[in-house]
Amino acid sequence: MSEQNVDKGRRRMLTLATSAVGAVGAGFMATPFILSMTPSARAKAAGAPVEVDFSKLAEGVLLTIEWQGKPVWIVKRSNAMMEKLGTLTDLLADPDSDVIAQQPAYAKNTSRAQEKHPNISVMVGLCTHLGCVPLEKFAIGPASDMGDDWSGGYFCPCHGSKFDMAGRVYKNVPAPTNLPVPPFRFLNDTVIVVGENPEEAKV
Amino acid sequence: MEKLMSWIDDRFPLTQVWEEHMAKYYAPKNFNFWYFFGSLAILMLVMQIITGIFLTMHYKPDAELAFASVEYIMRDVPWGWLMRYMHAIGASMFFIVIYLHMFRAMIYGSYRAPRELIWIFGMVIFIALMAESFMGYLLPWGNMSFWGAQVIISLFGAIPYVGDGLVEWLRGDYVISDATLNRFFAFHVAAVPLVLVILVFLHIVALHKVGSNNPDGIEIKKNKDKDGIPLDGIPFHPYYTVKDIVGVIVFLMVFSAIIFFAPELGGWFLEKDNFTPADPLSTPSHIVPLWYFTPYYSILRAVTWEWLPGGAKLWGVIAMGASLVVLFFLPWLDRSPVKSIRYRGGIFKAALAIFIFSFLGLGWLGTQPAEGLNLLFAQIGMFLYFGFFLLMPIYTSLDSTKPVPERLT
Repeated sequence: MSEQNVDKGRRRMLTLATSAVGAVGAGFMATPFILSMTPSARAKAAGAPVEVDFSKLAEGVLLTIEWQGKPVWIVKRSNAMMEKLGTLTDLLADPDSDVIAQQPAYAKNTSRAQEKHPNISVMVGLCTHLGCVPLEKFAIGPASDMGDDWSGGYFCPCHGSKFDMAGRVYKNVPAPTNLPVPPFRFLNDTVIVVGENPEEAKV
Repeated sequence: MEKLMSWIDDRFPLTQVWEEHMAKYYAPKNFNFWYFFGSLAILMLVMQIITGIFLTMHYKPDAELAFASVEYIMRDVPWGWLMRYMHAIGASMFFIVIYLHMFRAMIYGSYRAPRELIWIFGMVIFIALMAESFMGYLLPWGNMSFWGAQVIISLFGAIPYVGDGLVEWLRGDYVISDATLNRFFAFHVAAVPLVLVILVFLHIVALHKVGSNNPDGIEIKKNKDKDGIPLDGIPFHPYYTVKDIVGVIVFLMVFSAIIFFAPELGGWFLEKDNFTPADPLSTPSHIVPLWYFTPYYSILRAVTWEWLPGGAKLWGVIAMGASLVVLFFLPWLDRSPVKSIRYRGGIFKAALAIFIFSFLGLGWLGTQPAEGLNLLFAQIGMFLYFGFFLLMPIYTSLDSTKPVPERLT
């Protein structure tokens, strides 16, 4: 092999072009491997809506059901609990539920519930900080061991985030947003479907 | 025998490798107690791989079966309890050894030129080991496994724009589930151990290229005899192989005492909440990572300032990441003309004492609820931790030093 008549520039160009094509090929080849780690068809199918009959649920008691593998809470709030909601605005980080992703449009109100059933609270029970399940602290005042001026709500044991009875997050806690409200619709007064929007709400 | 050896040597450099890395690898003659932990780390790596292989023979990486299969190993598999305790407690012992090994590098300046790459390989090993241990911790599928993984994977969700998609990709599902357990198993038993073994190989190749540092922090290669052998060096084999075996024996005595008499070590090595199966609907009342993660966990929780752009959650994650990343830069942060603590002045010694105090303090606070005074202390600890590194270029150049000897003392 004589090096005399070698066009070095041409050789470098060809080497670069070959490497570039190889890199693109490696990128294409990596794609199926990376995508294989995304949720499978079975995992996606598991997110089917869940029908819940809460006719036997007493006022002020937390019912936990499973939807898409997550805990979903259903609470029939008492009038005392409802009255407290309006008084907390100054303590809350997002009292008007302005973060759109955290609830369907029909739950963007003080009680974060549907207009016809304002007492019924439906929420995904995972703290918006790092995903722990907050504890129910429904008692008002010292009985909750949350302090004398506690108005009832939820407390996350992992990092101390606090939420009110509508899942709205308090100021100066690690959780950045309100607890999410899933889509849900009423079949009748005591049966809901979690995971489906009401028919009148065209989403 | 000689014929066999020469037959092999003609085809593979066996004698040459043996001499270069053992029989004629000259190490400084003044290694002390702190130099046991490198070989002990290799011992622990081998032990984790062997016990891990045998556990894999009985373990089932399936959300329905995993918890019961670990109980089966503990109760029904002959000697299964020993394999499992050796592996689970071994993880904690591995971290003790690694932390002491890293501390040795800090006091004797082993990360300084020309050993920066040894330090960096070592730091990558440390990070890989943290990933390995984190993923291994999910496998028993206890309630602390589940919620620990939930919290740590959720950390990635704090990254702007890609966070949510990334979290879904890591879990392979919308929640921690069977898919997550299965892939963690794949990473824990195949991918990460392979990477670890390669990294340890690179760590040692880099070490043997430049030679070991020593408690005096001076280069033994500067003073050689007429044959080119360092005057202050002794062959690694048999001198240090034999010495290290003494270290191994003492270490195994401690290790066995824990395995046989206090396997849970009061909840520090095996957490009580992990004796209940994973429950996706209920979080343990007090989430605590294993002790070797608590200093970084403390830093994560210490950032609570909502006014930071992007929110406290994001900055907590950034601070925790930075507390590990800053270690990589140690070789370039240290501006002292001497390496070893023996010849450094009071400022460095004070700074190091503050660092140890803040590291242990953060570690303890990471096991406690982050409220009130604990939170304040964690925030102070975080500033001391970062201060030790970020102010290092200033205080190490100001610090007085003692004259460094020509030969080992």
